Amino acid sequence: MLSVRRRNERLNQVRWLWSCEQPIQQNGNDAGDPTKQFGKMSTATEIESLVKQEYKYGFVTDVETESAPPGLNEDIVRLISAKKKEPEWMTEWRLKAFRYWQTMKEPTWQFVKYPPVNFQDITYYVAPKSQKDGPKSLDEVDPKLLETYEKLGIPLRERERLAGVAVDAVFDSVSVGTTYRDQLAAKGIIFCSMSEAVREHPDLVKKYIGSVVPYTDNFYAALNSAVFSDGSFVYIPKGVRCPMELSTYFRINAAKSGQFERTLIIADEGASVSYLEGCTAPMRDENQLHAAVVELVALDRAEIKYSTVQNWYPGDEEGRGGIYNFVTKRGLCKGKNSRITWTQVETGSAITWKYPSCILLGEGSKGEFYSVAVVNNRQQADTGTKMIHIGKNTTSTIVSKGISAGRGQNSYRGLVEIRKSATNSRNFSQCDSMLIGAKCGAHTFPYIEVKNTSSSVEHEATTSKIGEDQIFYCNQRGISTQDAVNMIVNGFCKEVFKELPMEFAVEAQKLLGVSLEGSVG
Amino acid sequence: MSKQPILEIENLHAGVENKQILKGFSLTIYPGEVHALMGLNGSGKSTLAAILAGREGYEITQGTVKYLGQDVLEMDPEERAREGIFLAFQYPVEIPGVNSTYFLKAALNEVRKHKGLPELDAMEFLSLVKEKVKLLELNDDLLKRSVNEGFSGGEKKRAEIFQMAVLEPKLAILDETDSGLDIDALKVVSAGVNRLKRPDAAQLVITHYQRLLNYIIPDYVHVMADGRIVKSGGKELALELESQGYEAIVKGQSVAA
Repeated sequence: MLSVRRRNERLNQVRWLWSCEQPIQQNGNDAGDPTKQFGKMSTATEIESLVKQEYKYGFVTDVETESAPPGLNEDIVRLISAKKKEPEWMTEWRLKAFRYWQTMKEPTWQFVKYPPVNFQDITYYVAPKSQKDGPKSLDEVDPKLLETYEKLGIPLRERERLAGVAVDAVFDSVSVGTTYRDQLAAKGIIFCSMSEAVREHPDLVKKYIGSVVPYTDNFYAALNSAVFSDGSFVYIPKGVRCPMELSTYFRINAAKSGQFERTLIIADEGASVSYLEGCTAPMRDENQLHAAVVELVALDRAEIKYSTVQNWYPGDEEGRGGIYNFVTKRGLCKGKNSRITWTQVETGSAITWKYPSCILLGEGSKGEFYSVAVVNNRQQADTGTKMIHIGKNTTSTIVSKGISAGRGQNSYRGLVEIRKSATNSRNFSQCDSMLIGAKCGAHTFPYIEVKNTSSSVEHEATTSKIGEDQIFYCNQRGISTQDAVNMIVNGFCKEVFKELPMEFAVEAQKLLGVSLEGSVG
Repeated sequence: MSKQPILEIENLHAGVENKQILKGFSLTIYPGEVHALMGLNGSGKSTLAAILAGREGYEITQGTVKYLGQDVLEMDPEERAREGIFLAFQYPVEIPGVNSTYFLKAALNEVRKHKGLPELDAMEFLSLVKEKVKLLELNDDLLKRSVNEGFSGGEKKRAEIFQMAVLEPKLAILDETDSGLDIDALKVVSAGVNRLKRPDAAQLVITHYQRLLNYIIPDYVHVMADGRIVKSGGKELALELESQGYEAIVKGQSVAA
């Protein structure tokens, strides 16, 4: 959700912070509590009761939609392509991907459990009806949609543009408006929806789409390539530093629909850009699939910083509902001395399964991955990164912080591969896990392959538990249990938060607090 | 004495998992007083400190504890802290990544909110910190680091005393503050404690060894054995303990009892 806050927009910021202050629900059955006569409820019970937080983005927006019938076949793929008025080559590419997908099997190696997904049950194309042809300007956008974004705190409207983030908002399958476009265009920056890019910048799209994540890459990447509905496209021309943070905000609204967006960011020689992504979805009892593909390409000396704050609906306490977030994110450091940084704060999804990765092809290129992944209740996460060193003198840094609470299962899975050609390369990995309560799990699966003798790889890992001792220590200084948990967890995540754009770091901390409320047991 | 006691413990019985630790502990402390509680390991000194601060896991089966007339046992630990009960921990806890200054500011503002005072902003807090650093002749480097993380034993204890200086409690309980300190650190810490003495506040100094009492001069010394106080006296009792050992005094008392 944090995709779009503003440095100068105090008002907006204040409103957001306020909305985080959820009422704390107590399990207040004092009379029956045997510990009560001895002074106080046990900390454990108290903390558990604090966790009973409602997901606050769980509302459904009532907008008329136009959708394809559920199920997937070549006709649906053609329909999507036609709806988007795509050129022939794009349709063909989708069909190739679809045919390839049909030959593939769903992977099962991941450390997450879920009932098989019925791909024929999903609706692959849903669009708000009133803007069949895509809104020409914000005035044409359904006011209900704008209201939704308003609720989410996204300043899409003109008056809020003062805020300074350029936002592309994707609602179900369609991009509903891109702000700041003109200002960006003056610098030659292209920031638009993917559908538009296919029509208006076919050469760039044709050249780069699938160049980092080919449709043959994996099951979900193939599916996405066949049915992707929208997403964001960014091109930063040579030598241009993007003057503002670019941002996409994703929301799944319709029931039984999947969201398959595709994002492509290209930073040309010497260019730099910071891109933010935020997500939410309504509360529903059934699971919804989100299978996105994000491709980043950095040419010589280019820098791309991609930050995600993911707050998809995680399902209820018993694990009913929630988003399956099966996403392929990969960056290619194609040019010399290029740099790609992934920063993610993951608090949502019933299941998170993704590995934002870097291919370090250009000499002296740098890959970085900073991640905080939180699981509570029955959430599961199998996430991490891959750093593939191919060029000489390449370096990579991995800092992963996994927090498990409730019955959550959190796995870090990472690959550091240093190929023979990647002489004098270095990697540093740090994977820390924190356990809150006794029913959750933390797992680490690091893979390291080094094929030359001039490179070095360091891996550090720790597992800690929020101790009753730490909480009591804070209590004894007058700090409530809730504040203590927030403080301890934020301290644990500090190294990652400091990588986030400043205003996001503040919000990420708050979000973490909300996600973990009542989670200590 | 017409003053209201700060702390009144009466016939306290408490324990863990069917093991009785405190067996009829009584103690009354008035404002301005410094009490030393001495005793062998296992006599129940630290249990008493934990119960006063509100740590969970203890079963209180009998007795009352009053703090400024209020029933302490009905209060949450954070409430006790905000009301002015401070425990200097025997083993201060590390909180990685949480800046000491930030932590202490949060703690102080909780106390101030509780008293209905406005919270201090960063600038006001820093000037308060400077003043206290001067008062205690401490090195403020510790405040730039994470709470107790990687501190030496002595640094941890100093940091505790510093927190005490900032929070200005009405009742400070120092649980074996001397343990693990070399003589220099002991001097610094006890000098700090002495400077923090106030006529409206009291200190309960829990210690195993007499040596701390060379630096912190108590008004009263109590000897604890088997869950209760077996002998009370002035500061000379500590010296008596040192020369005769616990056993003689404890035995003498039990026979007498």
